[in-house]
Amino acid sequence: MAASKLTTLIYKDLLLEWRQKHTFYGVLLYVGATVFMVYMMSGQPEAKIWNALFWITQLFIAVNSVAKSFLQEHPNRFRYYFTIVRPAHFLLAKMVYSTLLMVAVSTIALLLFNIMLGTPLVQVGLFVAVTATGSISLAVIFTFLSAIAARAQNNSALIAILGFPLATPILMILSKLAVKAIVPVYQPGWWKLMLVLLALDILVIILGIILFPFLWQE
Amino acid sequence: MLKFLIEPMRKSWWKVACVVLVLYAIIGGLLMPVPRQHILNETIRNLYYHVPMWFTMILLFTGAFAYSIKYLRSGRLEYDINAVALTKVGIFFSLLGMVTGMEWAQYTWGAAWSNDPKQLGTAVCMLIYFAYLILRGGLNDEEKRAKISAVYNIFAFALMIPLIWVLPRMVDSLHPGNGGNPGFNAYDLDARMRGVFYPAVIGWFLLGLWISTLIIRTELIRYRRDNDFIPTKNKQQ
Repeated sequence: MAASKLTTLIYKDLLLEWRQKHTFYGVLLYVGATVFMVYMMSGQPEAKIWNALFWITQLFIAVNSVAKSFLQEHPNRFRYYFTIVRPAHFLLAKMVYSTLLMVAVSTIALLLFNIMLGTPLVQVGLFVAVTATGSISLAVIFTFLSAIAARAQNNSALIAILGFPLATPILMILSKLAVKAIVPVYQPGWWKLMLVLLALDILVIILGIILFPFLWQE
Repeated sequence: MLKFLIEPMRKSWWKVACVVLVLYAIIGGLLMPVPRQHILNETIRNLYYHVPMWFTMILLFTGAFAYSIKYLRSGRLEYDINAVALTKVGIFFSLLGMVTGMEWAQYTWGAAWSNDPKQLGTAVCMLIYFAYLILRGGLNDEEKRAKISAVYNIFAFALMIPLIWVLPRMVDSLHPGNGGNPGFNAYDLDARMRGVFYPAVIGWFLLGLWISTLIIRTELIRYRRDNDFIPTKNKQQ
């Protein structure tokens, strides 16, 4: 029963995305323009700079694409959802939806980076895995912040203000993890760092489930 | 539980204790003998000034976290007032800790800022709490502001713990206590230093609490006056 509600909610979000294709295309254009701008300014940088630029781009993608998970729907519609679903299901559905969106957009960003800014990757599979993990982390954090911003008078500027400090350590971990896929260096404790990141994701999800009901009720 | 902060804050014994302990920590911290350490030398005394700031900050933020939870459970705005006051004073102490740490690093590491993981962790932590104040500033409705900022405070605090406790321990650091550098537990003759260090921590924490209680009391007066439906005093005189 719970699972079917969750899938219905995710399906609803994906359907909404499909019907409002222009917002998705807008995000794609944003990613393309950002990567192009980075390329115009830095050309084909060395591997470490490439890595840094990639993760900064990821951050901006997260702010702009995931942010709309709560902001794109009218606040009045939340009152309707409030009467028919449990808050935890609603938040989880939004998190899954924004993760899917973030993974899709990140893949495109990675592709564009490889085409335009050169290919410093040594272990492609590993980098893709780190990118996917990073997309999940950024997506869950920014989904929750989007919920906060939606309650705070739909102020989308708040997401960046609240999110950048929280995202900084995650980006630091991610760029450290990604270095392994770029330069073949010996990195002791790589798995430990990966586990810390995953634990942080789980913590964000648990906190979200605990705290979201308070945000939701008016 | 609200009594816990309001009733004892009127008593004066702990304020006297606070003044005595802080004075002792300042004077004793400069005059008492300290072990000679290579490179650190006399800068080891910064332990008495820099570390208590972080302890106080953590304790005040923990208090704010507890009051945010209390607010969400009860919906009483007094708890929100407590949480905000503790956070504000916590931010003040984090600034002091950052300044004392950077000044020390200027002379011991050769640069005030050297991308040390502990410095980065605390800088991020400060940014998170600045964002908390900005979030509050952007909301006008009292109840809404209290609820949303309590949610953010709990979220941020729960993420901050792994940040400043776990992450710096996983990477090498110049900071004393990391990467083969001696921490204060490793100093020889540390019993002499503890004699000043622990009173300093307690004294500075009491000072932080004192400042917070003053803010809480003035804010409570304002809150009660604003929510008084029958004004006790005629404002036009």
